[in-house]
Amino acid sequence: MTIAAAHAGMREGRERYRALAFRRIALLSALCAALFASVCVDMALGPANYTISEVLDSLFRSDQVSDQLRVIVWDIRMPIALMAVTVGASLSVAGAQMQTILANPLASPFTLGISAAASFGAALALVAGTALVPLAVGYMVPINAFVMAMAAALFIHFASTMRGVTVETIVLLGIALVFTFNALLSLLEYLASEQALAAVVFWTMGSLTKATWPKVWITAAVLVLTVPLFARQAWALTALRLGEDKAASFGVNVRRLRLQTMLTISLLAAIPVSFVGTIGFVGLVGPHMARMLVGEDQRFFLPASILCGALLLSVTSVVSKTILPGAILPIGVITALVGVPFFFVLIFGSRRRAW
Amino acid sequence: MVAVALEDIGASYGKHTILSGIATDFLQGGSLTAVIGPNAAGKSTLFKRIAGLLAGPGTVHLTGATSGKDAIRYMPQDTGGNAVLTVYESILLAAKQGSGWRVRDEELIGIDEILRALDIQSLSFRELGELSGGQRQLVAIAQALVRKPEVLLMDEPTSALDLYRQIEVLAFMQRRAATSGMAVLIALHDLNHALRYCDQTIVIANGRMRAGGPTADVITPAMLRDVYRVEARVEQCSRGRPVLIVDSTAA
Ligand SMILES: Nc1ncnc2c1ncn2[C@@H]1O[C@H](COP(=O)(O)OP(=O)(O)OP(=O)(O)O)[C@@H](O)[C@H]1O
Ligand SMILES: [Mg+2]
Repeated sequence: MTIAAAHAGMREGRERYRALAFRRIALLSALCAALFASVCVDMALGPANYTISEVLDSLFRSDQVSDQLRVIVWDIRMPIALMAVTVGASLSVAGAQMQTILANPLASPFTLGISAAASFGAALALVAGTALVPLAVGYMVPINAFVMAMAAALFIHFASTMRGVTVETIVLLGIALVFTFNALLSLLEYLASEQALAAVVFWTMGSLTKATWPKVWITAAVLVLTVPLFARQAWALTALRLGEDKAASFGVNVRRLRLQTMLTISLLAAIPVSFVGTIGFVGLVGPHMARMLVGEDQRFFLPASILCGALLLSVTSVVSKTILPGAILPIGVITALVGVPFFFVLIFGSRRRAW
Repeated sequence: MVAVALEDIGASYGKHTILSGIATDFLQGGSLTAVIGPNAAGKSTLFKRIAGLLAGPGTVHLTGATSGKDAIRYMPQDTGGNAVLTVYESILLAAKQGSGWRVRDEELIGIDEILRALDIQSLSFRELGELSGGQRQLVAIAQALVRKPEVLLMDEPTSALDLYRQIEVLAFMQRRAATSGMAVLIALHDLNHALRYCDQTIVIANGRMRAGGPTADVITPAMLRDVYRVEARVEQCSRGRPVLIVDSTAA
């Protein structure tokens, strides 16, 4: 090889990498823009339809719009629209990191039993009126759901600290939890009064309509607190996907990283599930979409998971309002219906491997 | 120049003792040392102990290293992992562990250099999942080298490579060790490679060190019969190099 050619080769790798990184940043920006657009549309839709420009006015020039518009946008629709964003983002990031640390494409808050546990906790409150934490009677349902979700997550966490427990075992344990809690839930449903049964079924389908500003703030706060923890470990988490031995050989303390991440994920998954019920699909598919779009370098994968999850749920929220005029269909049902075709297009249409 | 001395190194998995009493004082920077022995002898386990990835009795004494704990790097035998990453990213990943998000130009230049040295620039932007076994092994070597280790433990780095690549990689490692003063331990199954490229050889069998020292003194018909159960000779070829010839498996 001549010196000039060697030089050209050297420039090429470096420059191609920079171009790749630039493309990814552009993609992330596009996702941001799409998310913003989706949230605006979400806020424009409802029993009283507004135009996007009216929504934008009420956002950025709220002193110049009518009181009614301001109240509807700010107090009624915005909490729901933002809840879709924070919940979608939280579940997607939780799923992304579960898939990363367990090296399993099926891992998600849903498949590891965290959602099922939350449903059971909520049903306990709705059917039997059992409060797992005696205080805060008004919040009995979400608190019960949270306590059970956290218990399931911590069970998985402590199981993974035990000797000889491999990541495959953890996935199996998670699936066992799903079956256990589903069985308990069926039992409660069987015993429930008709009214309580309807409430349980509605809760387990997942719904954003119960969103309030405090709930939005809590989910957002958990996201803001946990994402930097993942961001700090970006290189180590990415390395984990090359296999345990390889990551360890790079100097990553695999065991500690896995435990820390598991604990953080528990919180991240339990909070949104306890507020909005079972929205399983986002946590599974959001990360896969992100992976197909930007690959698994966590510096891109982490923001992409956040944005994909948020976008998926926000678009779902829009769709759930438009299918049947005047009715808002349960979002947990629509997520899968919206997400699956989108997911298929990505899987079959993409050159990249999905996993 | 770095030097590594092993003092009574042992290791166990649960109740099973896998390795015991490994001791050497001749591991020097600047050349290659072969670690040989039958399957399941404990070679990989020894490497993990030296790299500090496994706890156990004994001490690894490292002298003359400038980068502290980071000086020793282990290249695992298993090149698996199916992350959705390009080759280039996977090497960057090895280089960036423990540092910030920002990627500096010097770091990318370092990666380009290693890709060129191993003649795998053409793979740079291929996905890891679509590489052949040998290509994966070359990428793993790049990942190991990119952090400029002072002691490098390579676990069967040439097991999936074609004839040309085997020779290229070992000769490259030999030159690299000589110029950088790095100490390189290589677990090998091809004893002719040990004879040709490695100044020193350690023989591990059943978790114990059976011999250690200059390769020509260690690889002998008696050792081969004893450890590998083969009848073999080491003879000078027409160009004066020692060559191992196996006649039969021992009765
Ligand atoms: N994680 C583990 N748990 C239990 N036993 C193990 C583990 N890893 C290795 N061993 C055992 O330790 C012994 C030594 O294994 P090691 O991998 O060190 O052998 P090796 O010399 O590298 O063999 P090979 O040439 O086949 O790579 C083997 O008997 C193996 O079964
Ligand atoms: Mg081995």
